[in-house]
Amino acid sequence: MKRVLEHAVRWLLTASGFVTSAVILLIIGFLFTEGAGLFREHVIEEGYVLALNRDNPVKEMSAAEIKAVFDEDIVSWKDLGWKDIPVETFRLEDIGRYFTEAELGPQYEHAGSAIAGLVSSHPGMIAFVPESMIPQEAGLNFIEDSTISFSEVIAGPEWFPTATPAPLFGMWPLLAGTLWVSLFAILIALPFGISIAVYMAEVASEKVRNFLKPVIELLNGIPSVVYGFFGLIVIVPMLQRVFGLPVGESGLAGSLVLAIMALPTIVTVAEDAMRNCPRSLREASLALGATKWQTISKVVIPSSMSGIASGVVLGIGRAVGETMAVLMVTGNAAVVPTTILEPLRTIPATIAAELGEAPAGGAHYQSLFLLGVILFFITFFINLCVEFISSRGKVRNS
Amino acid sequence: MDRNSTGVKAGSPSYPSGYSRRKRRSQNAAFAVFRILSIFIAAVLFAILGFIIWKGAGVISWDFLTQAPSDGMTSGGIFPAIAGTLLLMLGSAIVAFPIGIMSGVYMNEYASKGWVVSFIRLMTNNLSGVPSIVFGLFGMALFVKYLGFGDSIIAGSFTLGLLSLPLVIRTTEEALKDIPAGIREGSLALGATKLQTIWKVVLPMGMPRIITGLILSLGRVSGETAPILFTCAAYFFPQLPSSVFDQCMALPYHLYVISTSGTDLEAQQPIAYGTALVLIVIVLAINLLAGFFRSLFEKRLKMK
Amino acid sequence: MEKIEARDVNFYYGNFHALKGISMDIPRNNVVAFIGPSGCGKSTFLRLFNRMNDLIPEARLEGSIMIDGQDIYGPDVQVDELRKNVGMVFQRPNPFPKSIFDNIAYGLRVNGIKDREYIRHRVEESLRGAALWDEVKDKLNASAYALSGGQQQRLCIARAMAVSPSVLLMDEPASALDPISTAKVEELICELRKEVTIVIVTHNMQQASRVSDKTAFFYMGEMVEYDDTKVIFTNPRKEATQNYITGRFG
Repeated sequence: MKRVLEHAVRWLLTASGFVTSAVILLIIGFLFTEGAGLFREHVIEEGYVLALNRDNPVKEMSAAEIKAVFDEDIVSWKDLGWKDIPVETFRLEDIGRYFTEAELGPQYEHAGSAIAGLVSSHPGMIAFVPESMIPQEAGLNFIEDSTISFSEVIAGPEWFPTATPAPLFGMWPLLAGTLWVSLFAILIALPFGISIAVYMAEVASEKVRNFLKPVIELLNGIPSVVYGFFGLIVIVPMLQRVFGLPVGESGLAGSLVLAIMALPTIVTVAEDAMRNCPRSLREASLALGATKWQTISKVVIPSSMSGIASGVVLGIGRAVGETMAVLMVTGNAAVVPTTILEPLRTIPATIAAELGEAPAGGAHYQSLFLLGVILFFITFFINLCVEFISSRGKVRNS
Repeated sequence: MDRNSTGVKAGSPSYPSGYSRRKRRSQNAAFAVFRILSIFIAAVLFAILGFIIWKGAGVISWDFLTQAPSDGMTSGGIFPAIAGTLLLMLGSAIVAFPIGIMSGVYMNEYASKGWVVSFIRLMTNNLSGVPSIVFGLFGMALFVKYLGFGDSIIAGSFTLGLLSLPLVIRTTEEALKDIPAGIREGSLALGATKLQTIWKVVLPMGMPRIITGLILSLGRVSGETAPILFTCAAYFFPQLPSSVFDQCMALPYHLYVISTSGTDLEAQQPIAYGTALVLIVIVLAINLLAGFFRSLFEKRLKMK
Repeated sequence: MEKIEARDVNFYYGNFHALKGISMDIPRNNVVAFIGPSGCGKSTFLRLFNRMNDLIPEARLEGSIMIDGQDIYGPDVQVDELRKNVGMVFQRPNPFPKSIFDNIAYGLRVNGIKDREYIRHRVEESLRGAALWDEVKDKLNASAYALSGGQQQRLCIARAMAVSPSVLLMDEPASALDPISTAKVEELICELRKEVTIVIVTHNMQQASRVSDKTAFFYMGEMVEYDDTKVIFTNPRKEATQNYITGRFG
């Protein structure tokens, strides 16, 4: 009986030992299945076609070109590889401009042939209409619909997931926004983080350390929404005033908030690393007539470099993945940032802001999961870096 | 050719005079900078805390803590959000604590030291680095959609539980690692089985530190917003949930909602300050409690 | 005036009275060995000569220690200046995680010497002085950790000597080494005495008798006996010394 229990418990413990591994696999699995679905979606909204005049030879248009055409940014077919005729766009809601209700019939049963006729008579027209509406024998050309391509998503310069007829899923602005705001956050946090770590590990008296340590822990414990709230109420208006910005919500506001949030990670890990620097090395340096500061800067910091680097990389990981605070203060404009003073939008903030509105299973929904996959892999990579750096440090110190 | 110029006899160094003073001065300067930056960060913390306490203290009242929001969330209290957050803390504890402690015990007591432990530790570290919004996506895909829990307390609890799992595992493992091997051997030598040794000797000894870790993980759970955005949190749900399959309000999400959207941002601001203050008080209380357990543990160590 | 003069030195760690009323003169260019059982205070005493004990909180010193007639605990003494003059070699080899060259150059650089040519010469000279030059001259840029334990310890001696101290403190410098390396270090001590005054703490009585001119025997925080090494090992006046050197306790 006792033996059976021992065995059962052993199995139970073994199973729970692998829970984290299982969760990681599940995360990858679920995010991937949802996210990869995006590449099976079509560029043009499902059930719709883009109909052209039969003389129009244009066969293919990218999602960006379609959007430009319907936004009237492209006004001539010359830009799409045909001759110089003006582009005329037609959406279903424009139908009243061309036809009376009588012409369309009480049930709109003539609408299909009416539109087909309209397109046939206008050489420069492009019509966004339901596929089922257009009669087979109408003799129109159609833009060939393709599935969403990987390169357009990863490197695409525009994120406009609610655009019709062709939503744009270019993730580059979001990726750039995430990296940009995290980079600045780390640049701000780094001097503070290292200084505080050195101060706590090497300079401060026991009493001061016992005061600073809980301060840093508390800084780590404050929920990110509270930072976001503080940022929104205090930092954002302050930046607006100081830099004379049209809106205070900006990358810099995000970076400042993130810097405070990443600080405890950097301080804790770096301080640990410095305290682990062997006493014998410090004594060797002091015995040669070096001052305490020379010892710190020439011996302690170089020999704890791997720990300090791990702390910094972990801090970057924390900044990259942070959601709520960034969502609240960065202004969330999905444009590729050029300065840190304009609004920008990060990957986590995009997911948080848009998932609630994206219909489940649709391309938009899938694209958000794809963003989740990207975010997961960025942080996964960051964590592997940390493991690598700190394992190298261990080898060297032994 | 002057042989002396290439000779090895360099003789005693002639040290630059005044260098000693100079390097002490640069030490003083460097240390002053560190001190100022450290004081500055402490000041930032106290500014944040002070600001929220100063603005929020006037809002807090018995009614604020026990009433539901009213008038389109421009007045009334935050009771459902407080209750929701407490429920989620409880739910995530039920999910994370047993599995986390068992996993920590497995790693320290059963797993053969080698690639198994390194692999699990790598995965645990990776899981702890996964951003909370990714947990939110995952929770939505698995618990809300795939398992069909819908937006519910149970889905939120599972998501938050998985999020706090690495912290629980790591503190358990570290608590057990510091227990000397001799104590286990002593118990085993008396004829106790491994399981009895762990249950009666190892776990009770590691308990204070494990509890410290558990409390801190609750603190983390109480402030998380992103994971419950799509798994549990209700924008407005003024009554108490009746089952685990109901949605609920939660303090951090409530703070997000009333500070960024709603019917009247101006009128909502005092409520936002009050909500932030309640959140901070929870975090402070949790930190103090953890600190208390830690000092208890340290005192016990000193007695030995 | 002797090189080092200690007068009525009492030292406390908190309430623990670690050194009790020790007075001692150490002549210039002598090698003096401190022997005694573990915890007798010999290392503590040694570390007073370069104020290494300053790092210990709640430690207190009474009495005076003079080097070249100057009270090293006096108010106008800068501890880094003192340590430049009083080098130290530790129990375990403790090279920095830097190259061999940078290890030797460290002491010169932290004391303000920037002339590269001079540093290069001085590195070579110090390594030759430590009989290490021929072994490492082709790999000066290699990590010091690539050396064997005995080589690392000689590197540490060279590192201490590079700044040209007039006193060298050695805290059981051979206790972590194999017999061959130990012999090399002892040989080195006999060479170095031409340049510096050496104080060496050792557990090994043969070593004390081989390398030192004078020997002090410490027991329970007191200096029991201090005399010429020959006298201590052949004709000690105190019974405790007799017992210790004949191995009856220790």
